[in-house]
Amino acid sequence: MGLTPVFSQNESLKDFTQTIEGSKLEIEMVAIPSGRFNMGSPASEEHRNSDEGPVHEVSLNSFWISKYEITWELYNLFVNRAIDGNNDPNIATDVNIDIDAISGATIPYVDMSLGMGTSEGLPVGNVTQYAASQFCKWLSAKTGHFYRLPTEAEWEYCARAGTSTAYHFGDDPNDLNDYAWSYGNSEDTYHQVGQKKPNPWGLYDMYGNVAEWTLDQYVPNIYKSRKGTTVSPFEIANKTYPRSVRGGSYNDDPEYLRSAVRLGSNENWKMRDPQFPKSKWWNTDAPFVGFRIVRDPNVPKESKINNYWGQ
Amino acid sequence: MKSSKNKTDVNPNTSRRGFCKNTALVGAGMLLPGLEMSAMVNVLNNKKLKLAVVGCGGRGTGAANQALKADENIELVAMADAFQDQLDNSLMNLQKEFEGTKKVNVKDAHKYVGLDAYKKAIDMADVVILATTPGFRPYHFEYAINAGKHVFMEKPVAVDAPGIRKVLEMAKVAKEKKLNVVVGLQRHYQNNYLAIADKIKEGSVGKIVSGQVYWNSAGVWVRPRKEGQTELEYQMRNWYYFNWLCGDHILEQHIHNIDVANWFIGEYPISAQGMGGRQIRTGKDHGEIFDHHFVEFTYPSGAVIASQCRHQPDTWSKVGENFQGTKGSIEMNDAGAASIVGLDGEKMFDYRNRNDPNPYQVEHDRLFASIRNNEVISDAENGAKSTMTAIMGRMATYSGKVITWEDALASTKLLMPSEITWESTPPSVPGPDGLYPIPTPGVTDVLS
Repeated sequence: MGLTPVFSQNESLKDFTQTIEGSKLEIEMVAIPSGRFNMGSPASEEHRNSDEGPVHEVSLNSFWISKYEITWELYNLFVNRAIDGNNDPNIATDVNIDIDAISGATIPYVDMSLGMGTSEGLPVGNVTQYAASQFCKWLSAKTGHFYRLPTEAEWEYCARAGTSTAYHFGDDPNDLNDYAWSYGNSEDTYHQVGQKKPNPWGLYDMYGNVAEWTLDQYVPNIYKSRKGTTVSPFEIANKTYPRSVRGGSYNDDPEYLRSAVRLGSNENWKMRDPQFPKSKWWNTDAPFVGFRIVRDPNVPKESKINNYWGQ
Repeated sequence: MKSSKNKTDVNPNTSRRGFCKNTALVGAGMLLPGLEMSAMVNVLNNKKLKLAVVGCGGRGTGAANQALKADENIELVAMADAFQDQLDNSLMNLQKEFEGTKKVNVKDAHKYVGLDAYKKAIDMADVVILATTPGFRPYHFEYAINAGKHVFMEKPVAVDAPGIRKVLEMAKVAKEKKLNVVVGLQRHYQNNYLAIADKIKEGSVGKIVSGQVYWNSAGVWVRPRKEGQTELEYQMRNWYYFNWLCGDHILEQHIHNIDVANWFIGEYPISAQGMGGRQIRTGKDHGEIFDHHFVEFTYPSGAVIASQCRHQPDTWSKVGENFQGTKGSIEMNDAGAASIVGLDGEKMFDYRNRNDPNPYQVEHDRLFASIRNNEVISDAENGAKSTMTAIMGRMATYSGKVITWEDALASTKLLMPSEITWESTPPSVPGPDGLYPIPTPGVTDVLS
């Protein structure tokens, strides 16, 4: 792999649309400026959990994040691998990976939408964090850009979008209906992405619909160890459980959709996988967890890049 | 799909949350008595139970894993599979999982490989797991019950009517011998289904008059032919695509949803008619099964159930069950949704599946608790009749005729040979073009 940074942090990023050679599907990517924000929630926040504090300052470089959660249609491009041979003559060179060297997700025995559907615009669910990361790696190989999951800090920075209240629209969960699918309005299922209002940075469904994988190992008390301003925090995952999930889902009550809420994955999310050993690609009991993707203009050194894609 | 009337504006903070907390308690309570009882009786009945697994694929290994976790005093002593590599992998994975315990104790001499390996493994055990491809099941079940063993067997329990008759006969013998038989139709052990079954019993939905049951998905794995394989080995490895081994996907997967219809209506259908075929999955790698079936099942009470199953990528997918009753409608899906909407469109009941136990584990917890309690679980008759329902559906789509339960069950058509060795010619062989004969509606005779 030849990996070289192609943007300096001073250059401001612009929104763009990622095309995928061999497919008519596109991914809209929103440019997120570098900046600082207060991560976590104050002790006074209603329903606040101890893992949300203390509030501490975090500084981040700029990056792009997908405007919407990744859909089944997009994810299935990776599962089916039918377009691997369609090569874009204008492929970028931020990363250069042999697409055939990326292992493919298995075809699952059951419908992994568990009856909630995989039609146009429906968010993918039941993928493991590993599988979501391999989708990013595959997309990187297809496009030549460095795609990965957001870190927990990047996710919260995007969810807050410059705000410091429990939700980006304030503290009153009654307003959530305008922005999110949660248990109260979802009728027990996820919905097409982008049906509700976006947040101040133009991102849809940051709260609810499907909860979203981040890159980090879930470490409940990690905020306590952060002093001063923490630069680009990322807890590299070294064990399968728990990994950090953000944003809450269609199946959660409003208090779980706050910007600061953190959730660790657990083994029960594969509870009903009847096979043994269980699939590393699919959860069978977490249709409420999907993901969105980040494009990072700063490509890490080759020796570090698998921290972002998993081994 | 949800009706628009169904989309009520519910304040997320009030009624529904309070309501759900109540239903969650109901769910938790439902399984408690069984577990408490097993803990109590374990003190009294401390015999070490010996377990054998027959069929060491992913599911057989998964079932063994769950069985070993269901009881403290249990030991896996024997394994059987047609293929050495499959058995070895399975044992390795189980040894890893139970490292540091004495639960996996399979000596080299008790690893039985081959087509009649099941007998020796069953002989060694108190409890056996039957998880080979479905075609073999009636023969394995017959042997296990005659040998006096408790059984966990996977669904479907047969692929043809002679097989069903054998299972029904042995189900009676099992009852007489007070042997426990649990069938892997795990919805019977899943709290959201049990909650709805209770509601039906209470009369909340009235009489069920119609329903739709679905297993529409993208399909399953294909295992390509490998050099040096005999035709028999190829078919055994790629068993999903051959009727004598699998029974078609209307049995192998859709049986779950068809069984829920039988369970909730409380009857087995008197006839079936439908259509089906192969449209997407038509290659040499795809054996002889259809990729879609649509069947109407008519029940003695007059209820008609529309059953659809499809294995076609990029089409509408749904796995679940809907039923319409004289007082309300039931809607369920695999993600755990289970609700009842009244005739006025108002939601009467909604089950929220938080922290429910794993039904695959519950199957085994209940099996072993029942053994310890000297109780008898008898799933085999329903397992056989629900399998028969799916077979009748397949007979309807393959033939294009109306098939009655009576004719279907009396059918002498034997898909699975009673004797099979590595030298046997499989019941279905490819033509010179590499393609297998495919059932043709209007032409194919399914009954004899």
